[in-house]
Amino acid sequence: MRQSWWKILAVALLLYTITAGLLMDVPRLPILNETIRALHFHVTMWFGMILMLMVSVYYSVRYLRSNDLRFDDLAIEFTNAAILFGVLGITTGMLWAKFTWGDYWSGDPKQNASAIGLLMYFAYLILRNSLTDMQQRARIGAIYNIFAFAAFIPLIFVLPRLTDSLHPGNGGNPGFNAYDLDSKLRMVFYPAIIGWTLFGAWIATVRVRMRRVQRVLEDQLINS
Amino acid sequence: MKKYLVLFLLFVSLHVVAQEKIPVTESDYSNNSVDMADKMREDGKIYVLVGIIGIIFAGITVYLVSTERKITKIEKSITQK
Repeated sequence: MRQSWWKILAVALLLYTITAGLLMDVPRLPILNETIRALHFHVTMWFGMILMLMVSVYYSVRYLRSNDLRFDDLAIEFTNAAILFGVLGITTGMLWAKFTWGDYWSGDPKQNASAIGLLMYFAYLILRNSLTDMQQRARIGAIYNIFAFAAFIPLIFVLPRLTDSLHPGNGGNPGFNAYDLDSKLRMVFYPAIIGWTLFGAWIATVRVRMRRVQRVLEDQLINS
Repeated sequence: MKKYLVLFLLFVSLHVVAQEKIPVTESDYSNNSVDMADKMREDGKIYVLVGIIGIIFAGITVYLVSTERKITKIEKSITQK
């Protein structure tokens, strides 16, 4: 395995996240109780998703500048891994919401916005699969990806803050933002973000290599 | 100079806004009025849970590593042709 240090780092950070995240002292707060530990698992999913989408946009731009399909492989697979994280984030969020806000889905602006954001990325996958020409698929996909990201960020970070939201830190709701500042939680929270993001990147790179092997095989089939 | 003063005061006011959040204090860690999984910890069973989740995570990791190894093999077989 070449250059595997960051994979080992990812596993080490996540093992630390699981043990410290479940065992370390956390603030004893009403309503949240032990579910405050979801900070290291649910919230980090979204952080990981955003970071991977940023990588994806970077490679989409590089694809548009070079027309090299190798960059398109990276763009699509980082988006795929990001979507996986997003789906996990929204389901874990629903479970958490059921036991703290009282309902799986309370039409919270941030919940709705992240659902719309996910649908945007599902549409990206459908759009790509509806195009058969490799270069055309990559080009239109790259442009869509850049615009989708540009819409996604205000959708989940800006718009929910302008109205009333149950999510912490939104619409004058102090909630979690204060806990984020808690240094004991941070000691697990930040390593967890890095760990989950690296793990997602690992999944993405494995699938990129699969894609490239497939392309080589297809080329051989056509040329033979 | 005035501009910087205004900027500085804006930052100060930001800080004041931040102060309105509910801070987490030491008493939030030591109070006994909020129910936490203390029983689970007393019985020592929380470590079982850590073990279970750890095993699941280890399983996924091993699976990912083996998938990667397989792909490395296929990559090598293709470049040798």
